[in-house]
Amino acid sequence: MEKHEVRLSGSGGQGLLLAGIILAEAAILDGKNAVQTQSYGPEARGGASKSEVLISEDVIDFPKVRVCDVLLSLTQKSYEQYNHGLKEDGILILDSSVTVDASVKNRIFSMPIIETAAKVLGKPMVTNIVALGAIVEVTKLVSDASLEAAVLSRVPKGTEELNKRALSLGYEIARQSMNK
Amino acid sequence: MSNKVRLMQGNEACVEGAIAAGMKFYAGYPITPSTEIAEISAERLPRIGGKFIQMEDEIAGIAAAIGASLTGAKTMTATSGPGFSLKQENIGYACIAEIPVVVVNVQRGGPSTGQPTSPAQGDMMQAKWGTHGDHPVIALCPSSVRETFDLTIRAFNLAEKYRMPVLLMMDEVIGHMREKIEIPNASEIEIVDRKRPSCPAEDYLPFKPEANLVPLMADFGAGYRYHVTGLVHDETGFPSNSTDIADKLIRRLVDKVELNKEDIITWEEENTEDADIIIFAYGCVARAAKTAIKILREKGIKVGLFRPITVWPFPEERLIELSKSVKTIIAPEMNLGQMVLEVERLCNKHTKIERLNKVNGEIIYPEEIVAKIEEVL
Repeated sequence: MEKHEVRLSGSGGQGLLLAGIILAEAAILDGKNAVQTQSYGPEARGGASKSEVLISEDVIDFPKVRVCDVLLSLTQKSYEQYNHGLKEDGILILDSSVTVDASVKNRIFSMPIIETAAKVLGKPMVTNIVALGAIVEVTKLVSDASLEAAVLSRVPKGTEELNKRALSLGYEIARQSMNK
Repeated sequence: MSNKVRLMQGNEACVEGAIAAGMKFYAGYPITPSTEIAEISAERLPRIGGKFIQMEDEIAGIAAAIGASLTGAKTMTATSGPGFSLKQENIGYACIAEIPVVVVNVQRGGPSTGQPTSPAQGDMMQAKWGTHGDHPVIALCPSSVRETFDLTIRAFNLAEKYRMPVLLMMDEVIGHMREKIEIPNASEIEIVDRKRPSCPAEDYLPFKPEANLVPLMADFGAGYRYHVTGLVHDETGFPSNSTDIADKLIRRLVDKVELNKEDIITWEEENTEDADIIIFAYGCVARAAKTAIKILREKGIKVGLFRPITVWPFPEERLIELSKSVKTIIAPEMNLGQMVLEVERLCNKHTKIERLNKVNGEIIYPEEIVAKIEEVL
């Protein structure tokens, strides 16, 4: 299997660091190698933040994204800052609030990630889990079973049902976006 | 996922390694990007009968760790650049008073508060020369999460064996990255404990060296009363103005490391057998080098890696030997040229040395090393 390089970007506080950790753990549950790194500013909230995950069957030497296969952007600012290095046929998964220049040739999947967490589930804190569901539905980077297991091992007790719903809504909005 | 195989952060692996080595006391003052070491120590130590103290600053952090070590505990403190500067005086104190302590520096951009969340390798020479006076230095430099676990254990073992501070020079990338790691069983881990006296208390000379130049160390409170000072002292531990005693003491402290280099020094080589070009790299940059080697080998360019794991004392002999058979050594570093000074000092008679330096707060990418090598070919 070739190496997959994933970059999750958004605003500090949206939980993308945890999303990266969960994605890497799911890959390990699938029996693969995974490395997760992060980059963030000094702010506790806001700013542009990114979390990167590399998944491979082989040893992973360089730990950061070089050629991005999958980019998630939840905010316009993080999209502008972190869209460099995206492969020509790379996959772009965007929150509906993010607009992209018409010249961008990537496969684009735009969906209401933030709104689904905030309005449908009423919990903005699960934005990252909705995003994970969406990414995995589009890319099949990890198995659904490993993803769910990794999510459940990382979220606070008592929030399991909420997070499972967030995942399945993530799958659903991704499928709708793919059928467009 | 079994308990043994898991995704782990470098800073967490440092604490797990410390605990595996027998750490029972941590004192420090949290600072990005080392904060998780303090956080996880605070959570883990009380559960295993250890103690965690957050002190008022970094100076007090190492001071408390040194004091606790005198009572017989294995101790550690962790920090980043600004705190590493503050700890220098007490690193010297631990050198002359011969007190084992592990000091971790997760390097970030400097000087001063610099770039708190960005990686750098700017403290490599400070590790060697940061505290004043001639003194022994052991500094280790991991380039993976698993190696952070292993080298933290080794840092404790060397501190105990040679009765001195040992520095673990991490960087933000290695400290914060998470990767798959398999934790070894306790039975597979070698643990070294300091040698303690068994003689009657009245016969104990706390600074009389054994054959390996290291004195036996009694735990404070165990009945062996003795004096500890940062002043030059005789074998009883009391200060001395004797030129003869001063000369012998300083030479012995430095010789503990100098005469035991073979026991202390480790390095890694990759593809050096047929290499025309060697990349000299350590820490997170060594990982960029490994990817660069794969790219260049596919193009038929024979490139190898020399990675010091023990950065101080420096693996001189092997690097000199390698330099005689290669055309060029490239030294990528996330500073403006520090460890390359050693490479130049040792190897410029034998080969050409090229620097590649980056201080913008970003890791060196494999492509930058490839471009540099293609430029100098």
